[in-house]
Amino acid sequence: MNPRNLPYMLLFPATAFLAVFFVYPFVLVAVQAFTNEAGFTLEHFQTMADDWKFKISFWNTILLAIAVVPLQTCLALMMAKLVTSITTGRDIYLYIFTIPLGISDLAAGIIWLAIFEQSGFLNTLLFTVGAIDQPVILLGYQSTWIIFLAVVLAELWRATAIMLVILVAGMGLIPKEYDEAAEVFGASRWQRFVKVTLPLLRPSLQTALILRTILAFEVFAVVAALGGTTLPVLMGETFKWQFEFRDESVAAALAMVILAISIGFTLFFLRALRVPKEAQI
Amino acid sequence: MSTATVKTDFRKKSRYLLMATTLMLCAWILVPIYLLVVNTLSTQEEVSSFPKAFIPSFNMENIMFFLQFQGVAFALLNSVLVAGMTMILSIGIGAPAGYALSRFEFKGKGAFRVLVLITRAFPLPLLALPLAVMFIRTGLDDTVFGLALVHTTLALPFAVLITFSLFSGIPIELEEAAWTLGCTRVQAFIKVIMPLVLPGIAASAIFAFVISWNEVFAAAVLTIQNKTLTAFLIQSLDESPLHLKFAGGLVLVIPALIFIFAVRKYLFAMWGIANR
Repeated sequence: MNPRNLPYMLLFPATAFLAVFFVYPFVLVAVQAFTNEAGFTLEHFQTMADDWKFKISFWNTILLAIAVVPLQTCLALMMAKLVTSITTGRDIYLYIFTIPLGISDLAAGIIWLAIFEQSGFLNTLLFTVGAIDQPVILLGYQSTWIIFLAVVLAELWRATAIMLVILVAGMGLIPKEYDEAAEVFGASRWQRFVKVTLPLLRPSLQTALILRTILAFEVFAVVAALGGTTLPVLMGETFKWQFEFRDESVAAALAMVILAISIGFTLFFLRALRVPKEAQI
Repeated sequence: MSTATVKTDFRKKSRYLLMATTLMLCAWILVPIYLLVVNTLSTQEEVSSFPKAFIPSFNMENIMFFLQFQGVAFALLNSVLVAGMTMILSIGIGAPAGYALSRFEFKGKGAFRVLVLITRAFPLPLLALPLAVMFIRTGLDDTVFGLALVHTTLALPFAVLITFSLFSGIPIELEEAAWTLGCTRVQAFIKVIMPLVLPGIAASAIFAFVISWNEVFAAAVLTIQNKTLTAFLIQSLDESPLHLKFAGGLVLVIPALIFIFAVRKYLFAMWGIANR
């Protein structure tokens, strides 16, 4: 055997797998979204846009991402900074902070349902302190904003861990000397964080933001558990077209929309947080 | 007061603040899980009664009811099977690629890395849509193996990057020393490299298991008769009573707690290098 072929042999299974189960299906879904029996068409997108729920679900998805991701980034940064500052019991805190990493979005939705449902813990708490006389319906169609809030909380709770892990790992890569030098020159804790840590953390921040924003556009089970169809989102609509209406072409068109915003935001973060090659550590 | 005491006073205060914030954040993570446990360990009447007790009555009736509910045991088995297959497939396919990336310089290396990284920019659960059609043609529809293939697409990029970082952490000199002592490439790998990377590989295998165990969308689209636990739960959300949902939620959460505990040492090492 020629040893020069060895790396290709080792890579072959993974490449073949990704070609068959990643590249090819995405080509298929694009073809399905843009064609009918006669050839190229935009009719599936037309059908999709004509559904009155499309616009709402599109904006719900975007608004959820806008509400969740920035807050989550701040929370993750704060947690990462805390964890790196703590000396005693660091491991146990880290474990607790990363627990949600292993929890599925569906389970997270159910957990927050326990808090927000009518006989749930939030109502009990409000009742105990005397804010309400009887349990109120929190997750009803009359108050979509509470469902929105519940989804934001559940997403904050569940998905901050993934950013935390990336950021903590990223902070570990920053040489301590930079921070020490800034301290010698009299920079305060906050100044050091903003002017030294954050810029050096840019690559990790970029990864975390891309990963998290794409996941935010895929929000599905949390919403399904907390709001049913009262708060429509793109992924839920995709599921509905595929499963209930059995119209795979419209589902494919919706998939294209999700794909487009995901790629759009990825490119945005790649540009906005670009680190020049010579500035990398 | 001298400046020194002011300074230590300030230090002390900021230490307390640090501790208080940390404990509050711990509560933010743990209290919701605790509340789910309370709901699961209460009787069915207690779950839908009001006001609620914040301490469970430690009644097992609810969880037993869930586990004996029609279809649950089967769904649980399916979830474990799919996750197990995903684990084996993603490590089996991903680890060789990770090894190749860490040990060789060759043409096309960059292109392969781009292929792996680009999977991140795609909403992967959507793959379930075209694959549903593809699977019907090949007879893989509604099978645990078909779903495991989709979940492997989710887990494979992680497996490649994590194993790449693991192998990169082991100096090539160790392997070379084994070769000079008469080992073949395969022997050197099995006798020298394997024992060193095995814990890390196990951690990334567990990670793959968790990814599959938690996945909802593709599971719900691709399985009908052979539902996984997540598919079962999401499809019965509308009709199932509250106590059933909560018990199901807890059954989903418990393995996650154990798995994250098992891989906690590797989480940061895996992510630190995997993201560069």
